[in-house]
Amino acid sequence: MIEFRNVGKRYPSGHAALNEVSFILARGEMAFLTGHSGAGKSTLLKLIALIERPSSGELIVNERNLNRLERGHIPYHRRGLGMIFQDYRLLQDRTVFDNVALPLVIGGEYDQRETGRRVRAALDKVGLLGKEKYYPLELSGGEQQRVGIARAVVHKPVLLLADEPTGNLDPDLSREIMALFEAFQRVGVTVLIASHDHDLIARMNHRVLTLQHGSLINTVAEAPAS
Amino acid sequence: MKRRDGQGQESEAARAAPRKTGPRQRGLENYLTHHLRALFASLGQLVRTPLATLMIAAVIGIALALPAGFHALLASVQTVAAGWEGDMAQISLFLKPTIKEDQAAALAKRLRGMREVTAVRYISPQQALAEFELSSGLRDALAYLNENPLPAVLVVRPAEQYSTPSAARDLLHRLEAMTEVDSAQLDLAWLERLHAMVGLAVRGVWLLAGVLAVGVLLVVGNTIRLGIQNRREEIVVIKLLGATDGFIRRPFVYGGMWYGLFGGVIALLVVNGLLLSLAGPAQQLAALYHSGFRLELLGGLACVIVLGAGAALGWLGAWLAVSRHLRDVEPV
Repeated sequence: MIEFRNVGKRYPSGHAALNEVSFILARGEMAFLTGHSGAGKSTLLKLIALIERPSSGELIVNERNLNRLERGHIPYHRRGLGMIFQDYRLLQDRTVFDNVALPLVIGGEYDQRETGRRVRAALDKVGLLGKEKYYPLELSGGEQQRVGIARAVVHKPVLLLADEPTGNLDPDLSREIMALFEAFQRVGVTVLIASHDHDLIARMNHRVLTLQHGSLINTVAEAPAS
Repeated sequence: MKRRDGQGQESEAARAAPRKTGPRQRGLENYLTHHLRALFASLGQLVRTPLATLMIAAVIGIALALPAGFHALLASVQTVAAGWEGDMAQISLFLKPTIKEDQAAALAKRLRGMREVTAVRYISPQQALAEFELSSGLRDALAYLNENPLPAVLVVRPAEQYSTPSAARDLLHRLEAMTEVDSAQLDLAWLERLHAMVGLAVRGVWLLAGVLAVGVLLVVGNTIRLGIQNRREEIVVIKLLGATDGFIRRPFVYGGMWYGLFGGVIALLVVNGLLLSLAGPAQQLAALYHSGFRLELLGGLACVIVLGAGAALGWLGAWLAVSRHLRDVEPV
């Protein structure tokens, strides 16, 4: 699903965020991306979402070589992804329903009835079915992140990317959110989560990719899936 | 822009084919629905901030009202000037002294037969002398003359479409060449001056309209630029969710179109309001000068042009602004 081949990223300022990073994430796999702040976690996720372009090496996502993808095709690439952010990035002036419906409205594939059906299905999955008419600020942090997750999965993406999804949540809520990600992995979605919450990662049996100063130092599974 | 969007969605549809079974027509329908929704959503956005919208629309409205108002005034002047042309374009044919009265009458008849001519009046030498005596006050001096020195005159009124300076001059040359005619005279200077003035004014109004159109583009462009800045976060989010440039551009471009259309409505209200309030006094003044001058309101076609120009300029200004600034708003 994701293949990094000697990928490097150097910013115009000269700062090298990633060095010769190579790894393969198989379809349906779930992995954590960890490392200190500034180790390159966010940069790596940005390369996958084409928010940034690699400076060297090759990057293949969803059988598409991103190096050769033109600017005009970036939106269509992103529609195959579901992205979850530490600060949720919800639109405050729109209801929960409208926020979750956004990827479908952008995709423009479904009529209003089908959109409503899919949005409610996604909200049901994250346990927020009764809150579709609320505005994001009327919800707690954990609920807002679940809205973010519903928005990320409503269009059934093949790949979920999460950047510190539990960074602003307490441990109980974090476990709930992680359980949600595992549920999506079980139905075949590939999941990559950037996090520096070592306790949480250690408690879950998934592959861990560790970045240090922009290089991958450990790509073996900490505890192979049982 | 719209077509590229449509193609994009089609190619996306082709790529994600296994997930979707809907026929192509369904896609087009959703696409149009989306456009309509963006159209009215942008309208709703403007209505939610009525005062700000009204102020921007008023600026556009005044910019459109100036050329539209001058155009209306000029149209009124031109109507009157066209009326004057018929009265003023007169060709006086001074006949040779050897021409007898019946020959003159025959010539007058021939001239009346020409399609360039509406009327011919015959002034005999005696009539001319009597008129001259009356108007000059030289009755006693004239009494000393042995014979009437004045020639017979045919006063020719050209038909309306031959009353313009150049056409009247052509006619003059042709009439002057006739054997019975000694000399011919056409007083055109006044007419030509009027034509030149109206022509200059028309050009001036067009130039003014051009300058103000650029002004409208800048006003709308700046408004949309601020809108983009205010909604930066929203734009970033929907870009991350896979929105195309066309999708993001759409509400702004429709918003600009609405601004322009509202501006056009305000321009029409302003211009017609001013014309209505001036019409009474203008008519009184014209009546004092025995003129048929009347202020005409902007007609149906002019209204459509003002509204269309407003909407088109708003659309274009927004499009330029969004195209210019959208690339600056990228997710980081």
